[in-house]
Amino acid sequence: MNKLINDPADVVAEALLGIEAAHPDLRVDHQHKIVYRGDAPRRGKVGLISGGGSGHEPLHGGFVGPGMLDAACCGEVFTSPVPEQMLEATKAVDGGAGVLHIVKNYTGDVMNFEMAAELAAETGVEVLSVVTDDDVAVQDSTWTAGRRGVGATVLLEKIAGAAAEQERTLKEVADVAREVNANARSMGIALTSCTVPANGKPTFELGDSEMEVGVGIHGEPGRRRVPLAPAREIADLLLEPILADLPFSRGDRVITFVNGLGGTPLIELYLMYNEVAKILSAHGIETARSLVGPYITSLDMAGCSVTLLRASDELLQLWDAPVRTPALRWGI
Amino acid sequence: MTDGRISIEQLTGWLLEFARLVTEHRDELTTLDAAIGDADHGTNMERGMSAVVLGLGGDTVGALCKQAGMTLVSTVGGASGPLYGTFLLRFGSSAGDATELSAAQFAAAMRAGLDGIVSRGKAEREDKTMFDALAPAVEALEAGAGGSLVEALRAAAEAADKGRDATVEMLARKGRASYLGERSIGHQDPGATSAALLVRAAATTLA
Repeated sequence: MNKLINDPADVVAEALLGIEAAHPDLRVDHQHKIVYRGDAPRRGKVGLISGGGSGHEPLHGGFVGPGMLDAACCGEVFTSPVPEQMLEATKAVDGGAGVLHIVKNYTGDVMNFEMAAELAAETGVEVLSVVTDDDVAVQDSTWTAGRRGVGATVLLEKIAGAAAEQERTLKEVADVAREVNANARSMGIALTSCTVPANGKPTFELGDSEMEVGVGIHGEPGRRRVPLAPAREIADLLLEPILADLPFSRGDRVITFVNGLGGTPLIELYLMYNEVAKILSAHGIETARSLVGPYITSLDMAGCSVTLLRASDELLQLWDAPVRTPALRWGI
Repeated sequence: MTDGRISIEQLTGWLLEFARLVTEHRDELTTLDAAIGDADHGTNMERGMSAVVLGLGGDTVGALCKQAGMTLVSTVGGASGPLYGTFLLRFGSSAGDATELSAAQFAAAMRAGLDGIVSRGKAEREDKTMFDALAPAVEALEAGAGGSLVEALRAAAEAADKGRDATVEMLARKGRASYLGERSIGHQDPGATSAALLVRAAATTLA
């Protein structure tokens, strides 16, 4: 295992020390492993918290700051944080307008956030939760755990963060967040597995000329393994199920997000973006805004995911609103 | 189950033995999880049960198990934390202020714990989860209510192992393994594997 670490057991704690040192406008509670914006709580503003397993950086700690999250709760690598963390963050960011929990749809995340919301209700803080489940690789069904929350989470945190900044009510912010999730679809492929520091070896083996289609963000295998293909074919493979699922139609305006899974260089992501843009253009879908880069990752996994968000004028305005976080920063 | 009662010391021993088995099987649990999940079940359960061992105590069965359950909820994370934590919290609520359990009370507490897992995790039979090992074990305990405690616990451990083995052929419908769809078939469920260890620990410490 070639990693820039000291002891596998200290990876999350020491990364938080680094975040604190690099970003003096954030505050870190090391005991509870929570990253706060420095000026939280903001009176009258809905507090936004998210959280999840570590290993997806910059999600979520890198999205804490004005215009986005008020706090991020960090679990162990790929393991949901515990209710106590979310409860602590909820109390700390409540400025009297309530707190929105942004939860990715994974069994553990959902259960731990549910328990936290139950505990928060006892303390009198008003909490609403939105769950992201945008991954079209997984068939949705009431009998299963449902779809995974992936790329849409990044777009949702930005857009809901802007809505909260405008001092909208908790219900209004939650409605905007749900609108983002309802109009976003994602799909990912992996060219390698990834190595969880505590395990020291890749979660699965993949041959040089193979790829996993329909992966999530936890180093797990995808829906199927197929021979490696040129980028233009991979773009087709990702977009075909995305476009068919919502479905997106001619004339739609979208935010197009090509995301790196952690081990793929930006040059390849831009090459992929070009292939994606050609397909969207052929379908008469207009990209109103774009985002390219590693924003929701799976440690050192090579590969990418594509997220499309059908965006109304209102969502685009919220997307354009100022944001100042370690990973997304514009307009301020 | 007429021959004997289960003391707080024995229940403490049960949790210690479960912790020992989790550590002994840590790598196996993580390897099973790597195949169909996210490769952390062994490390997460070991972290949680090590914390439980450090904080073991209580004058009543309820206090002992609630403390252990809260520790799991606050140290494990993932799905296992809330599920095993809820199991012990409900087990503790069922036992209440008792300082020892009859075999029937033990079976009832196990049932309450299982019900807690179902209400928290929404698992059903053959979803390929810990339920598939634990539910047959609880049924065996209930069925053995009229006979010997030793026999009932042995039957429960066998039922849990059989349920665990049966998860191999199941298509996962809950948890991360469900994302694999058909590819989840052929792999033993890590949650069912740790749940079978919990029942095995009961069989070796409570009778």
